[in-house]
Amino acid sequence: MPQAAEIDLASVTKRYGDDAVAVDAISLKIRAGTYCCLLGPSGCGKTSTLRMIAGHESVTSGDIRLGDVVVTDLPPARRGTSMMFQSYALFPHLDLVDNVAFSLKMKGVAKAERREKALGMLKLMHMDQYASRRPAQLSGGQQQRVALARALITSPQALLLDEPLSALDPFLKVKMRQELKRLQRDLGVTFVHVTHSQEEAMALADLVVVMSNGRIEQAAAPRDIFHRPATAFVASFMGEHNVLSGEVTALDDAGAILTCSGGASFRLPAAAHLELGAPAQAAVRRDRIRIGEAAAPGLGFTGHVRNVEYRGGSMKMTLDAPGVEDFTVYADEAVFDSAPHEIGEAAPLAWSLADVHVLLPSLQ
Amino acid sequence: MIARLAPYLQAAPLALILGAFLLLPLAAIVAVSFWDYDSVQIYPDFITLNYVEALGSWVTWKTYLNTLKFVAIVWAITTVVGFLVAYFLAFHVRSATMQMVLFLICTVPFLTSNIIRMISWVPFLGRNGLLNTTLVELGIVPAPLEFLLFSEFAVVLAMVHLYVLFMVTPIFNSLMRIDRALIEAARDAGANGWQTLTNVVIPLAKPGIAIGSIFVVTLVLGDFVTVRFMSGGQSASVGLMIANQISLLQYPAAAANAVALLALVLLMVAAMLRIVDIRKEL
Repeated sequence: MPQAAEIDLASVTKRYGDDAVAVDAISLKIRAGTYCCLLGPSGCGKTSTLRMIAGHESVTSGDIRLGDVVVTDLPPARRGTSMMFQSYALFPHLDLVDNVAFSLKMKGVAKAERREKALGMLKLMHMDQYASRRPAQLSGGQQQRVALARALITSPQALLLDEPLSALDPFLKVKMRQELKRLQRDLGVTFVHVTHSQEEAMALADLVVVMSNGRIEQAAAPRDIFHRPATAFVASFMGEHNVLSGEVTALDDAGAILTCSGGASFRLPAAAHLELGAPAQAAVRRDRIRIGEAAAPGLGFTGHVRNVEYRGGSMKMTLDAPGVEDFTVYADEAVFDSAPHEIGEAAPLAWSLADVHVLLPSLQ
Repeated sequence: MIARLAPYLQAAPLALILGAFLLLPLAAIVAVSFWDYDSVQIYPDFITLNYVEALGSWVTWKTYLNTLKFVAIVWAITTVVGFLVAYFLAFHVRSATMQMVLFLICTVPFLTSNIIRMISWVPFLGRNGLLNTTLVELGIVPAPLEFLLFSEFAVVLAMVHLYVLFMVTPIFNSLMRIDRALIEAARDAGANGWQTLTNVVIPLAKPGIAIGSIFVVTLVLGDFVTVRFMSGGQSASVGLMIANQISLLQYPAAAANAVALLALVLLMVAAMLRIVDIRKEL
């Protein structure tokens, strides 16, 4: 079985031309055997980062280390990494065995030996009964298995996956997701997986790296990211959070008061970086909000109901108030039904101080 | 009733055109090839003498061999040159605009007629032409090179010039369809540039090479103007032989040769289609 390697990025920058910065001096340590997801909207630099680790994109400045080797200037095949491409990039003119055996052929391994190894790899992926088919004769999920087999036959220390699930239908997506996770556990190889789906990242990753505008906003375990998003970007990108932004108008031992531009003010727990008069942001989880009068001032507000949607088991209610827009609440179905609110009505909301999470100022 | 007829009516125009301009003339040629003739007239008949005469003569066989020699040489050169040009356009020219501009530049010479393009070689290659004068004056050769014009060299040169674009275009089309991720995947698997070329690019360019080959092979097989003009009458091809027979009013003999040539062309195309499946490219 291949040995997993630690991946270490040291202020890696990728610049296209003179002023287009795709990746801006990011530093990241991915421990050996970690399932790491690079998560962010399109254009955030996640794919460029992956391609730099793979060696398909040159590094403008900074260094990449894989295990004990600085691989910054090595060609892809000498890094001990293997890449799985977004569209799988299977060779359409070769059958599955030859596709999987391709890298062995390039190394000059004898035909019988490489075909036998490739067949073994296909067996591991449960694709051996299709061995003589061409990629075009396979479904998306099957193509992905072949691409995995091809990527793994070189026994890489790290497998790099570029949006591997984006071409699959939702049902298959969930199924292949489980297979990827199982494979990673069985092989113990470091996986780096690029995705724009927070759901995928949460389900798979040991380490989620949220990126935006070429920078890392937060790198942490999925639960940490969800419970304690570092910045407003992370909170809103991960969803399930409402972001309150305003200015700190009072500071005391218990915390601070955040006043929004529309005049509404909210109570914040204490945080080291809060300064009087400075802008600040806080997040409140959508599922921790109650419909009802606030127990203390600053721990709730009354807004106008703009939209109500049924989510199955709970209601999604979107409210507006001066200075607070698109405030979303997941209310339990039974609780909502006991005192239903129609669109256009006013509804009081409340939460407890423990559920207010102060955000760091965004990097930008 | 109308509904049953509709598909036939829809297919009728094309069928009529193909019938009138392809099948009918072909049928006429096949029919005439069995007719009899003398020096002033042709007579409707059914004799196989034309074929016996054509295929029984060593001159015919030599002419066919000579034509096939041209086919082989021109095909080999156009394939290599065509692939190199198409490869450069598809993989080394990055911007789509530049690709289009360069491709159009390739086609510009083809806006003039074949004859003019051929004639333009004469002042360049002739005994006192540009090339010979330059070579002699630079002292590279003591006397003008005779083989440059009115020779088989000149025939091959002109044919390559005339037909290379028919090779460039389909190969370029094939290369443009190659997913660039495949090249990266090959690199990721440790393939060097040469290995990528032989294991990925050329196999995927095969349909284009096959289509280009069909064009070049059929064009060279049927060519007679280039052979007559550029060889100065010193070389022969099947097309030229047929043209000569027509000028001597030996229509049945010419028709018999044409049928034989057609059979050869169809055989070669069939052979190429057996080797490469071009359907997915069309």
